[in-house]
Amino acid sequence: MFDQSLAKTIFGRLTWESFPYHEPILVGTFAVVVLLGLAIVAAVTKFKLWGWLWREWLTSVDHKKIGVMYIILAIVMLLRGFSDALMMRAQQAIAFGPNEGYLPAHHFDQVFTAHGTIMIFFVAIPLISGIINLVMPLQIGARDVAFPFLNSLSLWLTVAGALLVMASLFIGEFSTAGWLNYVPVANLQNSPGTGPDYYLWSLQIAGLGTTLSAINMVTTIIKMRAPGMTMMKMPVFCWTALCSQTLAIAIFPTLTAAFAMLMLDRYLGFNFFTNDLGGNPMMYWNLVWVWGHPEVYVLVLPVFGIYSEITSTFTGKRLFGYSSMVYATVVITILSYLVWLHHFFTMGSGASVNSFFGIATMVISIPTGAKIFNWLFTMYRGSIRFELPMMWVVAFMLTFVVGGMTGVLLAVPPADFVLHNSLFLVAHFHNVIIGGVVFGLFAGIEYWWPKAFGFKLDRKWGLVHFWGWVIGYWVAWTPIYIVGLMGTTRRVRHLDDPTLQPWFVIAAIGAVIIAIGIAAFIIQIAVSIRNRDKLRDTTGDPWDGRTLEWSTSSPPPPYNFAFTPVVHDLDAWYDMKQRNAGRPKDGYLPIHMPRNTGMGVILSGLALVLGFAMVWYIWWLAALSFAALIAASIAHTFNRNRDYYVPVDEVERTERGRQPLLTAGA
Amino acid sequence: MAKIPHPAAAEQAPTFYVTEDDHAHAGSPTILGFWIYLMSDALIFATLFATFGVMSTSFAGGPSPREIFELPLVALNTALLLISSITYGFAMLALDGGKVRTVQAWLLVTGLLGAAFVGVELFEFGTLIAEGATPQRSGFLSSFFTLVSTHGLHVTVGIVWIGVMLVQLSQSGATPENRRRLLCLSMFWHFLDVVWIGVFTFVYLLGMIR
Amino acid sequence: MLQRFPFRRLRPALLVPLLGLLAACDRAVFNPAGDVARQQRDIIYISTGLMLLIIVPVMVLIVVFAWRYRKGKGGTYDPHFDHSTALELVIWSAPLLIIIILGALTWSSTHLLDPFRPIDVHATEHEAHAPIEQPLRVQVVSLDWKWLFIYPDQGIATVNELALPVNRQVRFDLTSTNMMNTFYAPTLAGMIYVMPGMQSTLHAVLNRPGNYEGLSANYSGAGFSDMRFQLKGVDQAGFDAWVAQAKASGRALDLAAYEQLVKPSEKVPAMQFAAVDSDLYRRILERCVEPGTPCMTDLMEHDRMRGGGNPHDVRPGAGMPQRGNSMPMHGSKPEGAMLRSPDEKGEMVNTNRFKAPADHHKAPAQPPEDRKISAATPASVVAAA
Repeated sequence: MFDQSLAKTIFGRLTWESFPYHEPILVGTFAVVVLLGLAIVAAVTKFKLWGWLWREWLTSVDHKKIGVMYIILAIVMLLRGFSDALMMRAQQAIAFGPNEGYLPAHHFDQVFTAHGTIMIFFVAIPLISGIINLVMPLQIGARDVAFPFLNSLSLWLTVAGALLVMASLFIGEFSTAGWLNYVPVANLQNSPGTGPDYYLWSLQIAGLGTTLSAINMVTTIIKMRAPGMTMMKMPVFCWTALCSQTLAIAIFPTLTAAFAMLMLDRYLGFNFFTNDLGGNPMMYWNLVWVWGHPEVYVLVLPVFGIYSEITSTFTGKRLFGYSSMVYATVVITILSYLVWLHHFFTMGSGASVNSFFGIATMVISIPTGAKIFNWLFTMYRGSIRFELPMMWVVAFMLTFVVGGMTGVLLAVPPADFVLHNSLFLVAHFHNVIIGGVVFGLFAGIEYWWPKAFGFKLDRKWGLVHFWGWVIGYWVAWTPIYIVGLMGTTRRVRHLDDPTLQPWFVIAAIGAVIIAIGIAAFIIQIAVSIRNRDKLRDTTGDPWDGRTLEWSTSSPPPPYNFAFTPVVHDLDAWYDMKQRNAGRPKDGYLPIHMPRNTGMGVILSGLALVLGFAMVWYIWWLAALSFAALIAASIAHTFNRNRDYYVPVDEVERTERGRQPLLTAGA
Repeated sequence: MAKIPHPAAAEQAPTFYVTEDDHAHAGSPTILGFWIYLMSDALIFATLFATFGVMSTSFAGGPSPREIFELPLVALNTALLLISSITYGFAMLALDGGKVRTVQAWLLVTGLLGAAFVGVELFEFGTLIAEGATPQRSGFLSSFFTLVSTHGLHVTVGIVWIGVMLVQLSQSGATPENRRRLLCLSMFWHFLDVVWIGVFTFVYLLGMIR
Repeated sequence: MLQRFPFRRLRPALLVPLLGLLAACDRAVFNPAGDVARQQRDIIYISTGLMLLIIVPVMVLIVVFAWRYRKGKGGTYDPHFDHSTALELVIWSAPLLIIIILGALTWSSTHLLDPFRPIDVHATEHEAHAPIEQPLRVQVVSLDWKWLFIYPDQGIATVNELALPVNRQVRFDLTSTNMMNTFYAPTLAGMIYVMPGMQSTLHAVLNRPGNYEGLSANYSGAGFSDMRFQLKGVDQAGFDAWVAQAKASGRALDLAAYEQLVKPSEKVPAMQFAAVDSDLYRRILERCVEPGTPCMTDLMEHDRMRGGGNPHDVRPGAGMPQRGNSMPMHGSKPEGAMLRSPDEKGEMVNTNRFKAPADHHKAPAQPPEDRKISAATPASVVAAA
């Protein structure tokens, strides 16, 4: 008896039963993960790369490396999230009538919850953060972001959140309450297990990272633009990043507060979202959707920026209607805050409230439509080069307008009464998220890869990647639109009507085609690394670009620009090329740079331990890691060795090395 | 030397690169960044205020504001916090004059006033919980405790920060870095004042007359 | 090869949805048996048509421009074409016009089809379809994971079986015991959330006899997928016969039977009860079914009547009633995790999380033990009663 009590004091509710050793699927997955992990550890040890990894990457405060690490995290998590998608598609393709499928409810519910959570919080958001980090400071002619250490901390907090989600796969269980962890399902009485706790702690940790990162990016864009770059001469991508990250700062506090209240409910028995004692579950829905709808625009606005940059570059034209594009972006930013209630028209808010939110939602389609027209007329009288990024743009435009149309349809409350919570809705948001956000992120990766690594991506595998996603998307989601129109609802594990089965089988085939696309993407990267000498970009400007990131070498030196560029026009680099602006070849000055620090990794590691301890009720460990977190933060303020100057001779050496590479502008 | 003339308009001679002092736009972004952080923190409070607004009458048969709030105690707390804002202002004035010892003295007074504020708040909470008015009792009490203690937690963080700054000042004096930090802390401390005025008005005063 | 790609894309993009729409047309949403659902379908048609006015030209233009202005293949190249006030006016005003029309449609149809609003007599197609009298009242309660229908005027109750006389307006009052669900009979009318401690209302009418299906459309936990009910559209005589059949079933939904029924269970077969406590729905809504628990309206009344504290006493909480009186009067909410002793922790883990699916085949009515779900069958409910 004493032993048991002691064990519970030491290990909280963690017992041998918490490990799913009786579940063959998970044991197999775990074995693969462990083997892969061991292989990586062995390789790093064999090539003596630990020091390099720590010095050059983990402790780096360089915005380009942080951007790359965000993207790596997102791609790894994409594989996890997509596995969940395949499991769901397989279950729904076979579970008809007497066949219950292969996933019991408790497992299936975790799979769809994890899929949504991971795809938004650990794939889409890190990809957006990664590309903004990588590109934005280069586009505004800055040497780094405003707060380089904060940037590193943001990244590692996001990684800590992702690790906590991954831990739930092998220790305990994940939430079964849907991707926003809806109450009442997530209330303590309905979900006493570890699931919602894993969800809450991982998203609080990652959400803190996202908020800090957004503050960092907004400050950078406002304060660190190159001389001459007024707001209306800023590249569209920077504008969209500014709006998106401002929006993130405005919404993430609400999510943090809502999650904190749910934590208080679960840990201290408060009554925010309980059914009794004055709690109000509907308030949780309002709070998370006040975050949730603008979040869509946090993701899609920077992607609109990516499309704008690519369209302008590959048509060889300045963007059509730059200022109307900027105003459209700002209008969308503001309106997106006023539409959250359209996620629950059917809650019975009354006709006038529903009409207001419905019409406000439709109004957003006006600036969005204007953007589509602007890209369209940028192509008009252009000289379009169908390189891979431009192909993604055309695929996006054709796919996204359909998603936009179904979105406006869902904004009409009486139509929403029959389409809400249906698979039509699910198809709609996958249409805009895949056809809008994901296509754009891949376009961005294809487009800026040579800038980040100094060589282009392989075209042949890029085509397989492209067609896999585009064809796969349409094959997978068209049938889901159709069964949604037939009245089939979402998150269903098992259906009785066998006439629906063919549609789900087609959808599963579509998912497999997308899987081919993803595999081709991985192969494309591997092949490109192997053939990097053939694909080398020697000019720094492989696409005949128009913005400042193409004015420096690929990859850029740590300080980006030896001399800060001066901007005279929108499309500054195009302007410089037109006017034969030469780069100074001497007169270098020492360059002030931030020093690398491991504190981001250490603080995030402690946050991860804190989260894990709280999930498992290991109070002593939670208290210890919390105290360590505070102590380490305070200790960091006493670190006075934060920056250094790159001496002139080193700048000279670097610049001489890259001068021949920069033929285009010299 | 960086001035490469445009072939067509040599007389304009636009500059394309900054070749001299590179600090044209090097003003510290910290103050702006901290402002933005404060705004996001304000939105956390806004969410908690809105929640309190929704739940402020969900007594579930438990105690109502008039039964548990004691305005004299809250008035004392308000006074403590407002005075601490003034003393922080004196610290900043002393900082402008470069008098580090005076800065430290005023910071110490500010910190002590803050600690007294937290102490009174803990006394209030302790009494309420002993009376049975626990946050577990009703939605109203949950949102009340959460809103007020979130503010109290911020004050506590501010006190710790003051402690750290006392050490920093004695170690390195009024360096530009420490000046910047004291300016941020100053914004933080005054921000908490503003939030408290909201708490005092919307939670306590409005609760008493409801 | 590259140049052809926009055309290739059209095949999956356009053809499949069209075929699919044809297939979807005879399904519930597009071939409804109720007037409300029919009007909602018409709104989908009209809105889609309106939007296609702009979507189709845009898609055609995307393909045409991508084809025509590809590099080195004909189209004029004008790198300085980046502004045109006339074009800007068109690209902002064309969507604006569509949205103004759609907004007007939205405003009027949202008010017309507001679920709280009784259906107009003249809104229906023919005089014969017009509601003939006071709406039929049905009280709907979502339990974990089944539907309870109470017919207060007929004095009967059913589980997972809803019979409606055709061409008579029905007023549903809906609430839930624990989870949030959505009441959705696709052929009848749009969906509406059912929420614990709250009441929603839905007006609808069924115009065509037949057997249909209804379900919960909002995920509510483990038994959600099978939370379905039969919807029977019958004529008035058939309805009377159905009520008589329920009355003859001999079982009453009293408190004991309800307590048995409220326990979580899934895949519950249809049940009928000959009698039901006329106050049961109100007590479920006000969360006071258990004897001794105060109802929500009583609590609110009580809260309103409470006086204030002594204004001269400086102790916090001085005006409160004695300790003990302020303890929760009801609610079996579990204590927060941090308030428990270590011994209690272990009970919270869902051990044995994953269960072989084979269990389902063997005994679908026997739910897994790890979720502490009891199987509710007509027999077990009656036995308890």
